[in-house]
Amino acid sequence: MPPLRGAAVLEALSYGFMQKALVSGAAVAAVCALAGLFLVLRRYSLFGDGISHVAFGGVAAGLFLGVLPLWTALAAAVAGGLGLQKLRSSTRISGDAATAVMLAAGLAAGVTLVSASGGFSVDVMGFLFGSILLVGDWDAAAMVAVSAAAAAALLAMRGRLAQVAFNEELARLSGVNVALTNYLFVVIASVVVVTSMRLVGILLISALIVIPNVTAMMLGRGLAQTAAVSVSLAVAAAVCGMLLSYYLDLAPSGTIVLLSLAAMLAVAALRPGRLGRLLRRGPARGPPAAAAA
Amino acid sequence: MPVAAPALEVRGLTVERGGRTVLDDVSLAVPEGDLLGVLGSNGSGKTTLFRAILGMQACWKGQVLLFGRGPGEFGPIVPLIGYVPQSVPLDPNFPASVRDVVAMGAIPKRLARAGEALVGGGDARRRARGPGEAADAALGAAGLSHLAERRIGELSGGEQRRVFIARALVKDPPLIILDEPVAGVDAESQEQFYDVMGGINDERGITVLWSSHDMEAMEGRAKSVACLDRKLLFHGPCGKFFADGRAVGAYAESAAHAAECHR
Repeated sequence: MPPLRGAAVLEALSYGFMQKALVSGAAVAAVCALAGLFLVLRRYSLFGDGISHVAFGGVAAGLFLGVLPLWTALAAAVAGGLGLQKLRSSTRISGDAATAVMLAAGLAAGVTLVSASGGFSVDVMGFLFGSILLVGDWDAAAMVAVSAAAAAALLAMRGRLAQVAFNEELARLSGVNVALTNYLFVVIASVVVVTSMRLVGILLISALIVIPNVTAMMLGRGLAQTAAVSVSLAVAAAVCGMLLSYYLDLAPSGTIVLLSLAAMLAVAALRPGRLGRLLRRGPARGPPAAAAA
Repeated sequence: MPVAAPALEVRGLTVERGGRTVLDDVSLAVPEGDLLGVLGSNGSGKTTLFRAILGMQACWKGQVLLFGRGPGEFGPIVPLIGYVPQSVPLDPNFPASVRDVVAMGAIPKRLARAGEALVGGGDARRRARGPGEAADAALGAAGLSHLAERRIGELSGGEQRRVFIARALVKDPPLIILDEPVAGVDAESQEQFYDVMGGINDERGITVLWSSHDMEAMEGRAKSVACLDRKLLFHGPCGKFFADGRAVGAYAESAAHAAECHR
């Protein structure tokens, strides 16, 4: 294992592939954390998993049909996200059951189509586990541009998103169009999931969405501060993870997620009790006063 | 000069749910500036009345007018109204600060103007103030300035109730509706809550509808009383209610009956 030195960092940064990976990876990590905050607050943490597996079905369909898999993945993810929201809001199926159904459907379609088009190639593995170091110029530019647009949209909607996450009925009474806000958010979150496939792969996306926010919720006071902490942690984990994986010759996706986890556990050790409370979160209940009435 | 329409007018309101009559032919008018105590035991229809007023109750017969306007125009009016529901499901880990929750009560200027065009009046102060300033003012009015940066989940039940009143106040509502606001809150917090409630009615002239099953709490605090047991048993000045042995007796009887059913 080569020693980690300042000069070695400079060397890594001098490579074009590393620069592209770091910039596009950081952008994607940041917007994942931002979208993830609202998903976690709404107890919809597994949304990313559901959508990424549907996106995998889309990737496989693209490879099967011989069209650019990213576009078919995007179409599948957005359709899947809207379908999930529809299932969640207008049927008696609970959010987690709907997500599980969506996840299984996406993966089953994906596996079947992949086998029909010649088995698991390098391309397919790249989508499953990420391939950030292989990102080309246009891909990197597209990832940064889409991340920036999604972040701008989320920031523009932040007030409404916070209101809806806090309490849908009160939001509706304050004149918020709750259904429209939900559908718009689901579309943005689905786009974010597809954009992040290159960084950590389909199988680890929900880590990128959930872990920095769980950590930030142990630390942050107020929504703005929690979002800032979460985004900073995500970017730090992505950048450090990519550099570390380069030196140690490890998979970047796993390294990023493990670093993110390490930060979470470190904060949990500093703030005893907080993590347990967060992970135990039962269904929302009234305040103690009202519950006692 | 034309006489201003009452803040709220309900005519012959009847709500049936699951084959049961929840509200039976309730009619009342609440003038602007009133502090109306809606007195009723559990299951007397208080929450249903409020939900019908806010357009949240699906099936009902009769007529509800807010500032002289019918349900067709409730879209822009309802967001102006401050509403504190009986219980707000709250995740103790939700990372919002007290200030965040209060600021969430603000409504967009476009919506506020559309509502005020129908309701009339409007508050010049609101337009002059930014959302941050409005939140600070509402926190001050609810006696919560010292808790502004705390997480909402860390507060006691009584403090949380005041946060929701501040959240309702942030938009300078012409009417505020409090559904059993002090249920389950300790006596000292109840006093603090009533002080805040009296202040917003007295000093700011906001019409207040406040429901409770606590008859003693209403005496001396409400300006008028509407006593409800699916039907309206009494509606008039507070003093008149407490001087009227028959009205008080009727409530005591309905409360005893409700307690019997609940056991």
